[in-house]
Amino acid sequence: MWFLEHAWIIPFVPAVSFVLILAVGKRLPRGGSEIGILAVGTSFVLSACTAVAWIRHVNDGGGAAGEGGEHALGLVARAAEEGHAAIEPVVKTVTWFQFGGHEFPVGTMIDGLSVIMLVTVSLVSLLVHVYSTEYLKGDRRFTHYFGFLSLFTASMLTLVIAQNTLMLLTAWEAVGLCSFVLIGHWWEEKPNSDAALKAFLTNRVGDVGLIIGVIILFFAAGSFNIVDINAMAAEGDASHLVLLMAAISLTAAVCSKSGQFPLHTWLPDAMAGPTPVSALIHAATMVVAGVFMVARFYPVFYEGLSINSSSINLLAFVGAFTTVVGASLAFVQKDIKKVLAYSTISQLGYMVMALGVGAWTAAIFHLFTHAMFKACLFLGAGSVSHAAHHTFDMTKMGGLRKHMPSTFKTFVIASLALAGIPPLAGFWSKDEILAGALQGQTNAYPVMLILGCMTAFMTAAYMTRAIWMTFFGEYRGEGHPHESPKVMTVPLWILAGAAVVVGFLNLPEKLAPDGIALRFERYVEPTFAFPEIEHPEFNFLLAGFSILLAVSGITLAWQYFARNRGPHGLTERSSLAARGYTILENKYYLDWLYESVIVKSIKGPIAGGVYWFNQHILDGAVNGAASGSKATGNWLYRYIDQGGVDRLVNASGAGAESSGQFLRRIQTGRVQQYAALLFAGAAVLAGIFIVII
Amino acid sequence: MLINQFLLLGAVLFCIGVYGVLSRRNGVAVLMSIELILNAVSINLVAFGALNGDIAGQVFALFVITVAAAEVGVGLAIVLLIYRNRRSVDLDQVDLMKG
Amino acid sequence: MVAENIAFGVIAAAIVLAALRVVTTRNIVHAALYLVVVLAGVAAQYFLLGAEFVGTAQILIYLGAIVVLFLFGIMLTRAPLKGESSLDNDQRWLAAVVALLLLGVMSYTVIDAFDDQELPADTVQRTAEVADSVFSTYLVPFEVVSVLLLAALVGAIVIARKD
Repeated sequence: MWFLEHAWIIPFVPAVSFVLILAVGKRLPRGGSEIGILAVGTSFVLSACTAVAWIRHVNDGGGAAGEGGEHALGLVARAAEEGHAAIEPVVKTVTWFQFGGHEFPVGTMIDGLSVIMLVTVSLVSLLVHVYSTEYLKGDRRFTHYFGFLSLFTASMLTLVIAQNTLMLLTAWEAVGLCSFVLIGHWWEEKPNSDAALKAFLTNRVGDVGLIIGVIILFFAAGSFNIVDINAMAAEGDASHLVLLMAAISLTAAVCSKSGQFPLHTWLPDAMAGPTPVSALIHAATMVVAGVFMVARFYPVFYEGLSINSSSINLLAFVGAFTTVVGASLAFVQKDIKKVLAYSTISQLGYMVMALGVGAWTAAIFHLFTHAMFKACLFLGAGSVSHAAHHTFDMTKMGGLRKHMPSTFKTFVIASLALAGIPPLAGFWSKDEILAGALQGQTNAYPVMLILGCMTAFMTAAYMTRAIWMTFFGEYRGEGHPHESPKVMTVPLWILAGAAVVVGFLNLPEKLAPDGIALRFERYVEPTFAFPEIEHPEFNFLLAGFSILLAVSGITLAWQYFARNRGPHGLTERSSLAARGYTILENKYYLDWLYESVIVKSIKGPIAGGVYWFNQHILDGAVNGAASGSKATGNWLYRYIDQGGVDRLVNASGAGAESSGQFLRRIQTGRVQQYAALLFAGAAVLAGIFIVII
Repeated sequence: MLINQFLLLGAVLFCIGVYGVLSRRNGVAVLMSIELILNAVSINLVAFGALNGDIAGQVFALFVITVAAAEVGVGLAIVLLIYRNRRSVDLDQVDLMKG
Repeated sequence: MVAENIAFGVIAAAIVLAALRVVTTRNIVHAALYLVVVLAGVAAQYFLLGAEFVGTAQILIYLGAIVVLFLFGIMLTRAPLKGESSLDNDQRWLAAVVALLLLGVMSYTVIDAFDDQELPADTVQRTAEVADSVFSTYLVPFEVVSVLLLAALVGAIVIARKD
């Protein structure tokens, strides 16, 4: 219980390490990475302890309640009436400041969702820290990198335990900032800084949605507390329109942060950053912040988008569409990291789609498993490039399985997990999502199901393509590739192991006895201030079908690329195919639309207008003011200073002189004259005194 | 006898003396005019003494006479000096303090 | 009473006329002589007022010593015995105005204050009283005046000596 109430320490330690690394890191023997690893390691241990504490808390049936708010108490009572245990999140707050009668607290909120996120973030961050010590050895900004890795970890950890929307917003922005800094780590090369800017600005577009959503929710619930907001939404009293508006605004934020169509364009470009950064931020943690946010505010989405009763809604559609877009674009990439980036986009689409069809646990479970195998894939890609002289171009690789057995094996394991081959983790989570789409809440979500299946097929196919180009065939690159050192391969093995094992955390009821089945769901899914959702049941038919899809995807791709069978040279023969290929290559012309059409048209006239304004009006005003004051100064000098003041001074001097000249005539030197004046004066005075007074 | 007679006599004598002081060019003549003034004052003093039965009037008149004597002595000495230095006692020419 | 008034009137007229001649005559020796008349007349007035000692002292000192002093001064400063062209300076008229102004003020004051007040009948104040007063009440001023005379004497000698 102590861990649940003192969870603020978990993000605090990396934050302190950020400051320390930047302050003294350069002088340390390992350039500050010791502090970073130590801090994140501590966070991981604490997160693990917190997870255990939470499990115990749930098993105890909730125990002591936290500071959930008034809505919350009502819900506890109602839940008690309805006869199932509502376990409140453990909330701890401190009042930051008061303004206008409203208190602004900061605090932590620990429930199953936070706990699983804490564990995921700290584990992947720790492995990435260790990996980076080797990957970035001798880098020009080694210490700076580790400082910002720590800051990112701190921000992400704060985000997942944020008690109110303001904290969430702040942490959201902070992770965006760290992403910017880390993508642009080698900013001396322009493509890198461009990519960093693109990431930041695209995220900014979505952040507007987040701010609007937070404001709408504040006015709806009267509070920034997440528990209060969820309670308000779950009770069913809130206006449906308000929740819909909030949900739509928040969806915009999800689109940008979690790389959904149409704001996904920044993610592939973000691969310009170092590979460990891509693994941590753009595969496992930051990009899932959007998914986390939807999961956190699920009652709002559930009620707002009527997930309950619809068969298609905004969230589900965006997610499903994104999966297909991502998967299709992954086929035409030559850069291995870009393949993985599009794959991430596609899998994020899966998670969002799952949330859209009401399969909450499936989405979070997929988030967890995806973090494991995607991080493994990225780190593997980094390892590969380390060997192939820092290139990511798959055309320059090949036959690396002989030279890098560890990397090869872990990569294959993770790819199979991604493709959804049982009993690896990806199968369980992806299958649950498809089952959710099939089942829906009241109605099925057929469109999502179809798109999801298509993507499953494509996922298997493009991963096979990537593996073929990288690890099989003859080595097409320069130099002699070799296996990476243990510091890099050990994290790969850990993650690959996780990819194998974690799937068993959420075994469906049909396949496992009661004590083991659905562990993940039991501990992670909220029971408090949460809508009553239908959970997808394990469908043997669907499971079999998805396995078939995956296997056929692998096989067909293998046949096409490895055995060279199939319709090769299609793009040369068929102009339709060629055009299709060009569209894919140009990423559906989205980048062209954003940059050349939207941005340029705004930039051109507005920039020109502003420039004109600046030159003519602002500068004119400034120049005018300057010349005006100069003229005023001249006039003042001539007329007032020289003419007026000086004349006055001169006149007084001249006056004194002339009066002196005049008065000196009295001084004749003759005594009798003085006497005369004296007597005259005396007479006059006497006269005045006597006669008049 | 009215007191006013003596007082008016004294006033007239005083004013004549003032006129003489202010208008005479010769230094000695000025001194003579000063004697007139002093005598006028003495008359006043004695008249008032007689009016009030106070002997102080006469006493003061005596003192005035004495002081007048001293003053004439010194004054003439000064006039002599002026004459020695300038060969004339024309007061109009004694204007060294002219501003 | 009437006799006194007549006497007063005659003597006063003499005084005034002589005084006027003192300040207007061109001949300085004549001025000195007219001064004698004035001083004598003043002494007579003292007698009329019953101040015997003062009158006597006036005659003795003024007429006896001071006038002689004046004459010596006139002689030593080589005043032209026949008279100068003009013995008055430029500010004659101003002086006249001032004098008249003074006269006016003083007359007005006197008349306003002592309208018809009469002197007491017996105004004789005996010399013995004067002596008593000088040597008792006004002893210090008396001594001071002696010192003053000494100083004047010495001073006159110092100023006027030839060296």
